[in-house]
Amino acid sequence: MTTTWTIDGVRGALAAKKISARELADEYYKRIEARNPELNAYLTLSNKRAYAQAQRVDEMVASGKALPPLAGVPMAIKDVISTRGVKTTCGSKILENYVPPYDATAVERLEKAGAVILGKTNCDEFAMGSSNENSAYGPVRNPEATDRVPGGSSGGSAAAVAAGLAVAALGTDTGGSIRQPGALCGVPAMMGSYGRVSRYGLIAFASSLDRIGPFAKNVKDIATVMQIISGRDPNDSTSATAAVPDYRAEIEKPVKGLRIGIPKEYFGEGMDAEVRKKIEAGIELFKRLGCELREIRMPHTDYAIATYYIIATAEASSNLARYDGVRYGLRVEGDTLLSMYRKTRGRGFGAEVKRRIVLGTYVLSAGYYDAYYLKGQKVRTLIAQDFRDAFSKVDAIVTPTSPVPAFRLGERTEDPLQMYLADIYTVTGSLAGVPGISVPCGKICGKLPVGLQVFGPAFGESRVLQLARAFEEAGGTDL
Amino acid sequence: MKISREDVIRVAELAYLDLSEAELENYRNQLDAILEYIGKLDELDTSNVEPMAQVLTDDQTADATLREDLVVPCGVAEDVLSQAPDPEPPYFRVPKVIER
Repeated sequence: MTTTWTIDGVRGALAAKKISARELADEYYKRIEARNPELNAYLTLSNKRAYAQAQRVDEMVASGKALPPLAGVPMAIKDVISTRGVKTTCGSKILENYVPPYDATAVERLEKAGAVILGKTNCDEFAMGSSNENSAYGPVRNPEATDRVPGGSSGGSAAAVAAGLAVAALGTDTGGSIRQPGALCGVPAMMGSYGRVSRYGLIAFASSLDRIGPFAKNVKDIATVMQIISGRDPNDSTSATAAVPDYRAEIEKPVKGLRIGIPKEYFGEGMDAEVRKKIEAGIELFKRLGCELREIRMPHTDYAIATYYIIATAEASSNLARYDGVRYGLRVEGDTLLSMYRKTRGRGFGAEVKRRIVLGTYVLSAGYYDAYYLKGQKVRTLIAQDFRDAFSKVDAIVTPTSPVPAFRLGERTEDPLQMYLADIYTVTGSLAGVPGISVPCGKICGKLPVGLQVFGPAFGESRVLQLARAFEEAGGTDL
Repeated sequence: MKISREDVIRVAELAYLDLSEAELENYRNQLDAILEYIGKLDELDTSNVEPMAQVLTDDQTADATLREDLVVPCGVAEDVLSQAPDPEPPYFRVPKVIER
C-alpha cells in the first residue's frame, strides 16, 4: 500500500525527520518506474534536477531553517511549460529535441518554494485536444480505467496526480484542458482568472485564452500551489497587478448563505444521465451546506464552442507560425527557404495541429475575417456579458465539468467536431476570463469519476476555492 | 458546401504547410462540418456589439511605472543557438534566398 502524500503531509514528515526529500523523490521515481510504462503520463524525467533540489531541501531540514510551503513536494510539469535544461516537446515531433534555455516563471516560483520537479508530462500536441490522443508520443491512459482516456489536453498531469506519481502538477487550460482531465481522472484541477498566473515560459497556443494552473490531491493543496504561482510578473505584460489574497486562509471561511447560480443551459441535451445524477446530488450538497440555490440563465452558452473554435484556431495559426525550422526544433531540408518551411511544418505537426492551423488561417483570411473572426470576437463579448450579468445576482456558478465521463481510447478520434463538443461546459469560462475549478463529485458505478465545476467572478479565486473546499470536506468527493 | 478543395490549398499555402492529397480531402470534409456548425453564430444579431480581443483592461495589467530602457548585457546567444537546426554562430543559417 503506497502512501497518499499531500503538500502539508510532506512538509510535516520532513520537519519531523520521518522522511528525507531524497527518499521521497526515490519513492516517487519507483512508482513512476512501475506505473508509467502503462499510463504514459510522463514523457521526460528530470532526475538530476530533482535530486539537486531534494538535497537543498534536506540541507534546509538539517540546518533547522523554516521550510518553504512546497518543501520537498514531488511535482510534475506539463510539457508545454519551459524548463531550463529539461526537454520540452509540447507533445510534438516539431520540438522533439528542444531544450529550453530558461524556466517558466511558474516553474521558477515552484522551485523557489521548495518543490521537487520530477519531470514533464504528456499532453495533446501544443495543448490541442480533449483526450490526450493527439500527442505525438502516444496517448495517456486513465489510471481509474486504463481502457479510457484521461481527458486533455493536460492528460499526463491529471493522470500523474490521480495515480500517485506526483503530489501535484501544473497543467494549462485554454478551453478546458485543466478542468476536463481533472474531472475525468477524479482530481481537483483549477484554472485561475485570465492574467492571474504568469505565462512567461508557457509555449503559446491561443494567447487570449491560455492559462497555467494546478492539479492536486485536495482543494487545500490547490490553494497552496495557486498562492505560489499567482501574481504579477514583470516578464509577462498580460499578468494582472491585482493583489493575491491568502487563499489558504480564505478557503476556511464558511459558505453558508452564499448564492449559487445553476444555469439551465448547462443541463440540456447531450449530458450523460449518470453524470447528471451526480451533479444534481452535488448541488443538493451545497444546499445542505446552507448555500442559496438560484436558477439563472446564460443565454449565449450554446454559442461558446463555435466562438471558441474560431478564436482559438485563429490565435494558434498565428502563434504556430514561429515553427519554421530556423531557430529551434525540426528542420526538413528543401531546395528553397519556402520549401524548407513547408516541408518542416508539414512533417513536424500532427493531424489536429494542422487541422487547426488551416481552420485558423481560413477564418483570418481576406474575405472571411468579418464573417468568422470578427463575428467570433463579438459573440465572445456576449458570452462574457452572460457571466457579468450572472455575477450581479450570484456569488458563484455551479455546472458539470464535462457532459460525459472518460470515454474509451479511439472512441471519438474520427470526428473532430464530436471531440470539440467535449469542452461544451468549460470553454464558456475560458472565453469570459473567469476562474474555474473542477472538483471530484463521485464516481459512476464506483469507477468513472465525475467532476463538478465552480466558476467565480474574475479574480474571485477565493470564492471558488472556498466552495470547492467546503464541498470536498462535506463528502462531495464520494457522492 | 462551406469550403472547397481550392480554399484548403490556398489556406495551406498561406500557412506554409505541405499537405498530402489525403490530408487535403480529409481536412476539406472535416472543416466543412466544423464551419457548418460555426454558422450557428449567424443566428445572433451582433451589429451593435463590440468585439473582444482579450478580457483584461489596460489598468488591470499596467505597471505603475515603466522600467527604464537600458542596454544590459545579454549572454544567452550561445544557449539559444545551441537549439538551432543549422547554427553558424552568431547566425542562424537558412537555405539561400538571394540569387547572385
